[in-house]
Amino acid sequence: MLYFSRLKTILVLGICVLGVLLAIPSLLSPSTGIGPFRTIRLGLDLRGGSYLLMEVDMGAVIKERLDGLADGARRALERAHVRPYTLAIQAPQDRLLVKPGDPGQQEAALAALRDLQTTEGQGIGARPDLDIAAGPDGIAVALSQAALLERANQAVQQSIEIVRRRIDETGVADPIITRQGQDRIVVQLPGVEDPNRIKQLLGKTARMTFQLVDEAANPTAPVPPPGVEFLPLTDKPGQKIAVRKRVEVDGANLTDARAGQNPQTGDWVVNFAFDSLGTRRFADVSRANVGHPFAIVLDNKVISAPVIREPITGGRGQISGNFTAASATDLAVLLRAGALPAPLTVVEERSVGPELGADSIRAGAISLGVGFVLVIGFMGVFYGLFGWIANLALVFNLFLMLAVLSLLQATLTLPGMAGILLTLGMAVDANILINERIREEVKNGRTPLNAMEAGFRRAYATIIDSNATAFLAHVMLFIFGSGPVRGFAVTITVGIVTTLFTATMLARLLMVRWYAAVRPAALPV
Amino acid sequence: MFMRPMLRFVPDGTRIRFMRGRFLGIAVSAVLSTLSVVLFFYPGLNLGIDFAGGIVMEVRTEGPADLAKIRAGLAQQGLREPGVQRFGAPDDVLVRLEAQKSAAATQAVVNKVRAGLDAAQPGSKVLRTDAVGPSVSAELYRNGMLALGISLLMILVYIWFRFEWQFAVGAVVTLLLDITKTIGFLAVTRFEFDLVMVAAILTVLGYSTNDKVVVYDRVRENLRKYKAMPLRELIDLSINETLNRTLGTSATVFLASLPLALFGGATLSGFAWVMLFGIVVGTSSSIFIAAPILLFLGEHRLRREAQAPAKTAKATP
Repeated sequence: MLYFSRLKTILVLGICVLGVLLAIPSLLSPSTGIGPFRTIRLGLDLRGGSYLLMEVDMGAVIKERLDGLADGARRALERAHVRPYTLAIQAPQDRLLVKPGDPGQQEAALAALRDLQTTEGQGIGARPDLDIAAGPDGIAVALSQAALLERANQAVQQSIEIVRRRIDETGVADPIITRQGQDRIVVQLPGVEDPNRIKQLLGKTARMTFQLVDEAANPTAPVPPPGVEFLPLTDKPGQKIAVRKRVEVDGANLTDARAGQNPQTGDWVVNFAFDSLGTRRFADVSRANVGHPFAIVLDNKVISAPVIREPITGGRGQISGNFTAASATDLAVLLRAGALPAPLTVVEERSVGPELGADSIRAGAISLGVGFVLVIGFMGVFYGLFGWIANLALVFNLFLMLAVLSLLQATLTLPGMAGILLTLGMAVDANILINERIREEVKNGRTPLNAMEAGFRRAYATIIDSNATAFLAHVMLFIFGSGPVRGFAVTITVGIVTTLFTATMLARLLMVRWYAAVRPAALPV
Repeated sequence: MFMRPMLRFVPDGTRIRFMRGRFLGIAVSAVLSTLSVVLFFYPGLNLGIDFAGGIVMEVRTEGPADLAKIRAGLAQQGLREPGVQRFGAPDDVLVRLEAQKSAAATQAVVNKVRAGLDAAQPGSKVLRTDAVGPSVSAELYRNGMLALGISLLMILVYIWFRFEWQFAVGAVVTLLLDITKTIGFLAVTRFEFDLVMVAAILTVLGYSTNDKVVVYDRVRENLRKYKAMPLRELIDLSINETLNRTLGTSATVFLASLPLALFGGATLSGFAWVMLFGIVVGTSSSIFIAAPILLFLGEHRLRREAQAPAKTAKATP
């Protein structure tokens, strides 16, 4: 226990020096870092900023899939000349129920519906995305669990991409957007004190479509005719307009959208440009419908329904409709970034102003300083020279903790600062155990060298046992905790590991070196 | 002063007969823990926003806050029964409101609070806004409790592997008593019970286990060393031998937590007070609860096991 080979000595000291070097960038400027060095990031609670936890509306994703499936089923049945039939969407069971009016057509209907199946995945793992079964109440066409999961997964991935694009458009620096669990997205916005605008931008699915207006239908009728829906007008509250359900051109075919002002009227408008497919479709539709109005629909509301004066073949257009500068800009941003596959709802929101963050850093730093001095003073007074050696090890412990946290690019939160301080308090426990043990061995009549040897050896098992349990508890906290509390768990677990090194390796090395240099007749315990 | 230690908690050779007070210790602990359980149900814990859900806004006013004025200003905005309380400094105010159904409604309420504050005390600044929906708060609560439960279980298993089962049971029963008292402390002090508090309780748990492990370690060692000594005396001896270490470590952790309680700001001071309370409870329970339980459970078994060499070897990996 007392012998340190030259290699081991160099290794221990090398780790300490490396720790100091790695900790320096974080000490100088956390969160941004200098050049290529990894640093600790300051949590939003210290830096100021907003945290949004959003849930993807999976119900809407599944409903849309079912609606699409129902459309496909109707067309398939039409082609197979199955008529009449009833078709019901049973959302709770994720399925359609189709019942041909003539039981003799059951087989034909079944065959037509089977054609809708596509396979998910490839090779041996490939499975059909639909479970089709004929029963007494009709043919059930259910979305398979695997297909639903895949769909949900895609929706979340796609949402993250769209969210990222929308936030990038606002110019917020270093946003962090991550997935959490099945259907949640975490958005962290450093420096954003009031996330109101971001929330508004993310709160819209922004699905834009161009549909034709059905001039024959009466929008005040109780039920719209087949293939037509009544949609509200954004600029005339309470009024509805009859719009054909068929989507002529989709917002996904846009390549650009910019806010601008109409040179004649001075009104705010959004200018947009289609890609080649969109241009062709829009040209075809406008050519066939000159003199008729078409509707620009955003999230099931009609923004405007202008009359087509001449075929629009250039692939460019303009949306006008009572915009202000801000709302035109927002719409342009949304159109550029694309539509969300499903609505997002904010389920948790935390925002901290920079002032409070600075206060917290100050409070944490003062506590750390005072706590450090108190612990060091205690060790000096109660354990003398070995106490001071423990204190030196403690300083390196602090550096090593910072170094490891920097390498992990961990987030330092306010509870995390408390974790550092508690680690300091608990770290010296190992030194106390060793010192008390050495003292006992001296009282038992051992020689100084023997006492040190026995002290280290016997204290070692106890140190491992007592740290292992604390380690386990904080790993659990990391797994189940969230936000700033995770920062606490990280600092404590890292602290336990560095403590094992500094208290049992570094302090031991220093004590042994001291002994070899001084050869005292009695130990200062 | 840099060479020799200047102070010690107890002189060498101290032989306090702690086990004499075992019934008193367990009785006091049982009463306190029972009382804590009662307090847990009535008046219950002051659930923080993490677990209760809702909206909390921390506000800094220009000059000392006038709570009555702020309440009136918020009432004018049509906010029903907002909780308005001082938070640390005289110009810090905490406004607490119920959870809203949608993100838009939440934003509307937040905007109303801002407007109400502007009218009541111009120049007020919102330092922090937290809004936690009901689904999330339920989940956070569940996860917090899971973290506590699984940690306890893992500690039980760990100690069981490293020691005999009597030690594991003694430690976990003591930890449960420690936790109930900490919860009672939270109920009395009305500190908000949130995720940070779960972290505090887990830290107390880790610290308290650490303390018990050190005493148990010594008991196990002495069981091998003094084969003829009655368990009661042996436990007393072990506690006395480790007393300086127990008090020393308690002192350093206490000293590390104290500045947090005094200067750590409103968020951390609750955490730190729970730590301070937990250190006192955890240290005393090692001596007065965990050790007596070991005595009751192990009076006959541990001695016999210690005399059987095969068994002892198994217990020492």
